[in-house]
Amino acid sequence: MSSPLHELSIDSIRAGLLAKKFSAEELTQQSLAYAEAENPQTNAYLTLSPERALAAARAVDAKIAGGEDPGPLAGVPIAVKDVIVTRGLRTTCGSRLLANYVPPYDATAVIRLEQAGGVIIGKTNCDEFAMGSSNENSAFGPVRNPVALDRVPGGSSGGSAAVVAQGTALVSLGSDTGGSIRQPASFCGISGVTPTYGRVSRYGLTAFASSLDHIGPFGKTTRDAARLLEVIAGHDTMDATSASAPVPNYTAALDGKVKGIKLGLPREYFEGLASETADLVMAAVEELKKLGCEVRDVQLPHTSYAVAAYYIIATAEASANLARYDGVRYTTRSASANTLSDMYRQTRDEGFGDECKRRIMLGTYVLSAGYYDAYYLKAQKTRRLITQDFEKAFEQVDAIVAPVSPFPAFKLGEKVKDPISMYLSDIYTITGSLAGIPCMSVPCGLTAGGLPVGLQILTRHFNETTMFRIADAYEKASN
Amino acid sequence: MKITEQEVRRVADLANLALRDDEVARMAHDLDGILTHIDKLNELDTTNVEPMAQVLFDAEETATLREDQERPTLTNAEAVGNAAVTGGGYYKVPRVIER
Repeated sequence: MSSPLHELSIDSIRAGLLAKKFSAEELTQQSLAYAEAENPQTNAYLTLSPERALAAARAVDAKIAGGEDPGPLAGVPIAVKDVIVTRGLRTTCGSRLLANYVPPYDATAVIRLEQAGGVIIGKTNCDEFAMGSSNENSAFGPVRNPVALDRVPGGSSGGSAAVVAQGTALVSLGSDTGGSIRQPASFCGISGVTPTYGRVSRYGLTAFASSLDHIGPFGKTTRDAARLLEVIAGHDTMDATSASAPVPNYTAALDGKVKGIKLGLPREYFEGLASETADLVMAAVEELKKLGCEVRDVQLPHTSYAVAAYYIIATAEASANLARYDGVRYTTRSASANTLSDMYRQTRDEGFGDECKRRIMLGTYVLSAGYYDAYYLKAQKTRRLITQDFEKAFEQVDAIVAPVSPFPAFKLGEKVKDPISMYLSDIYTITGSLAGIPCMSVPCGLTAGGLPVGLQILTRHFNETTMFRIADAYEKASN
Repeated sequence: MKITEQEVRRVADLANLALRDDEVARMAHDLDGILTHIDKLNELDTTNVEPMAQVLFDAEETATLREDQERPTLTNAEAVGNAAVTGGGYYKVPRVIER
């Protein structure tokens, strides 16, 4: 059995539907059957949603039959990370605590993609509350990388990356706080986009670290990811941090022309990099040079402080955000507690996995009396320095090109015992997250062992268009 | 050691986590490693640096305020629908006040 989506794109599905080559219901049925057959291999879906998907598909077919515009995502099978709420459809956040949680409302991004004709076929596995870089922190078991089943898909949006690589969904939504879209995209060999902070409403995204959380798209191609972002981006009155800047037509800019675009190469990102990854990233930079890009060195001197700053800020915010999981309103409750205090404490001890506990503890510690200035304030000041590094670099160049991860997908179990080395591997993605700038991963080849490597492209706030233009031109030239 | 087991227990208390004894030892070890790495920030002179709490963009202070109008909210059944224990439309918790 091969993927029914293998040769398709968002635009070709819409064209096929309008030309009556197939119906949305047929494509949905096939995608659901394929997802059901393939999922035992990867464990990428936690929940399939056939009823919701078929209802959405039939609505698209009815619109077409009635001569109405079925929308830019008409009939597209889409998977949604299980930290993004879906009304009436179980949303677990990869946590035991929310194993039976059925949200009473839809996230704004979900509403927008369904209004555009998109078909949600299921919810994807992820690290618990999006905390992790390997998808091994899910209470529902790890996800396996469809490219190499003995390896991790990356995290935390591992399931959302795996389903697109596997062809069980055409595109998907993930969330990114410190690299949780870009790193799994690079591990699974697809495109993954972290838009500008505030570009996509987080209403209905389960909060992890509110000053860093983003929703963003995955696609087999940059064009599909850009198309999906066009639909979900834009101001939302339900999210006070959502940006009001108009959303450009990203896909209209994908003309393959990158001549004269100035690219910056940050030397700090190549120190201590596994040589195969460095070679592939540099080969991609050479390809972009051939297409007419100008490449120069830039400096991002505070890069080596990013992991420390990030793990203070993210865990501090997480310790506050995760306080709501206390056994009262949403979650399962410890059966053994007899007092209110024990109910909180035991529910949380039994419910949270090790990584969540570690981060709640670190976040609580850095915010506790006497430590605020030494840790949290220091980290916020460091965040400013890292952001200023990018501002200075973008005075000289239009975009920065860099690796995504120091190494390709590693084996399941290889790094679980060493949380610090796992944290340090987020170094190249955390910087862009702290600055809130748009950044993405686009595939740039395979290692000798056949593992995908990603090229990271970072641009100024709200300049997704230039980022997509570069990624798309590279993609076309390298195919 | 950057953090003792005693401190771990104090922080766990603040965070409402009932860590088991084996968890306390492991947590002390893990946090110690992370805090040691975090010490790297002390190399930086941040004396005159403005802290960055948010990625902020230009907007009027009132940009996110809406009209104060009635609008539909969740029903009571929806609001309590995911709670572990409810009664009479309320969340139920273990008794707090002894009679």
